[in-house]
Amino acid sequence: MSRAAASLFPGLRAWWTMLVISLEERLAYRGDFILGTAMRFLPIVTQVFLWTAVFAATTRSDIAGYSRTDIVAYYLLTMVTRAFSSMPGLAGGIARSVRDGSIKKYLVQPVDYVSFLLAARIAHKLVYYAIAIIPFAAVFFVCRGYFPPVPDAATIAAFVVSLMLSFLLGFFMEATLGMLGFWFLEVSSIIFAYMLVQYLLSGHMFPLDMLAAIPTGLAGVSVADLVRWLPFEYTAYFPAAVWLGKIRGADLVRSLLIEAAWVAVMALACRIAWWRGTRRYSAFGG
Amino acid sequence: MRGRAIVFPYTPRMHNTNGESRPAAPVIEVEGLAKSYRVFDKPEGLVASVKSLFHRSSRVVEALKGVSLTVGRGDFVALLGPNGAGKTTFLKLLSGIITPTQGTARVLGHVPWERADDFRRRFALVMGQRNQLWWDLPAAESFRLHREIYRIEPARFERTRDELVDLLGVKKLVLQPVRDLSLGERMKLELVAALLHEPEVLFLDEPTIGLDVVAQHALHRFLAHIQAERQMTIVLTTHYMKDVAALCRRAIVITDGSILYDGSLDQIVDRFTTHKIVTLDLDDTPAADEFARLGFPCEIRGPQVTLRIDRQRIADVLPEILRGRQVRDVSVEDVPLEEIVAQLFRSGAGQAPRMQEARA
Repeated sequence: MSRAAASLFPGLRAWWTMLVISLEERLAYRGDFILGTAMRFLPIVTQVFLWTAVFAATTRSDIAGYSRTDIVAYYLLTMVTRAFSSMPGLAGGIARSVRDGSIKKYLVQPVDYVSFLLAARIAHKLVYYAIAIIPFAAVFFVCRGYFPPVPDAATIAAFVVSLMLSFLLGFFMEATLGMLGFWFLEVSSIIFAYMLVQYLLSGHMFPLDMLAAIPTGLAGVSVADLVRWLPFEYTAYFPAAVWLGKIRGADLVRSLLIEAAWVAVMALACRIAWWRGTRRYSAFGG
Repeated sequence: MRGRAIVFPYTPRMHNTNGESRPAAPVIEVEGLAKSYRVFDKPEGLVASVKSLFHRSSRVVEALKGVSLTVGRGDFVALLGPNGAGKTTFLKLLSGIITPTQGTARVLGHVPWERADDFRRRFALVMGQRNQLWWDLPAAESFRLHREIYRIEPARFERTRDELVDLLGVKKLVLQPVRDLSLGERMKLELVAALLHEPEVLFLDEPTIGLDVVAQHALHRFLAHIQAERQMTIVLTTHYMKDVAALCRRAIVITDGSILYDGSLDQIVDRFTTHKIVTLDLDDTPAADEFARLGFPCEIRGPQVTLRIDRQRIADVLPEILRGRQVRDVSVEDVPLEEIVAQLFRSGAGQAPRMQEARA
């Protein structure tokens, strides 16, 4: 057996232990979770009221291909995708550990910080799903009338893949952001700016199909065409649109490939940021 | 800078089972190690703060100015020095957290700041309050994580853990969330976590800081035992002379980024004290000038008199003092270690007429 393969197994075991221990730690805060999950549904209620008013004021039956019921279904689905791709506290936590010096532990111990963060985040998410499944199921049951019929197996598979990738994409984007803490003492304003762009371009605020009507000035290229090449829409809009059957066939495959490519790019960016950041930390701070 | 250091020849020894002593290969080799930081001055006042948005003034602080030393296997070394002397910087360099501005270091044959996993599995660093333990979980969970990341064989892990837990008497604590423990209890469990993988080299930064006397004592006993048993190489930084006196045969005094003294503890006393302290218990309170005429600094507190007398002259002076007096008790002692070291610190900071004297 090669050296790399020999060290892979204990590496995986260590990673698994990190995951289990993070899981136990998260469970210490379950009360916090239940409240947090309940609060997440509040913004959507206001969105539903807003769009109800919009449709009441127009004679059109749909806006950018979305009927009133489609819109409600879309927002509920983006809640699911955000449950995978949002990383509360990740970037801020990394930056804080740089600032208060607890990052040292990961320089001294034979453990990879990024892998550790990933294990901890998966644990975090698993605990969250275990608890959030109840309110989610209740809301989706109550709102079942808004959804189109359940899509075919291939679409569901694509939806699941897009969700998994959106988790990884969200993770690596925010982890990279947090590592800016090696360069800047305070990253909260950078995180805030990122959140704003993210909110607008991810489709969290409105379905991105609505950007298709806005030209960029280049011949035949809309803002939506441009946004498709950015990573943001894959963290909210894309999985929801897949479930609703808005993206199909070759378009679907292309978008999945773009999403996977962004995951790879951000994973690499995260590695480089860690590598350069720790070098800087060693040289200047510590 | 280095010319100022007073280095006494120190031969690291390793005691093997035959009871012979032989020189051991150095575990830590440091040559001309220097580290400087750029720090930004934070100006006072609003106007200056706004200006500093565009132009920040900075200066370079030399935390360590070319330190050279070797430490042999099984040595127990204390780094002494006032705050900001460079002790912690030195430990950070040796554990690879920071890279030096100049100089070389090898620990267990590795360049520490390359942070090779092979190296990181063979040493441990305990930095005061910076915890390796998970705050909200029982320490047992953190231990389990260490078993995996250090790849400790399960049977060996259990044996080591039980031994350490027994020695420190913390069996009951390992199942309580760490956040519920006292500072002393946490420190003990930090040590267990750090020693589970049986490191060959242990760096301790201020291990007894904030601990009460009982906890300090327990820690001393533990460290002395474990160090002797495992032939571990330990470097600790401390402010407390008690730590040093209890544990280390070799003390390195660092002030202002340079080594001021490197040698045995006994030699500090021999070399840097010029006098002894004589305490007399008399029947009655003596007259104020009765001892002053001897020409030594003296302090009279009721019937107790304390004199500081030149070491060379003590044999001549003492009979004279005792002659014709009702003396209940007399003691002759070395100047307390704390005082000597405090003096060393001061002299290091202020470039030291005393030191020159002592060198001669």
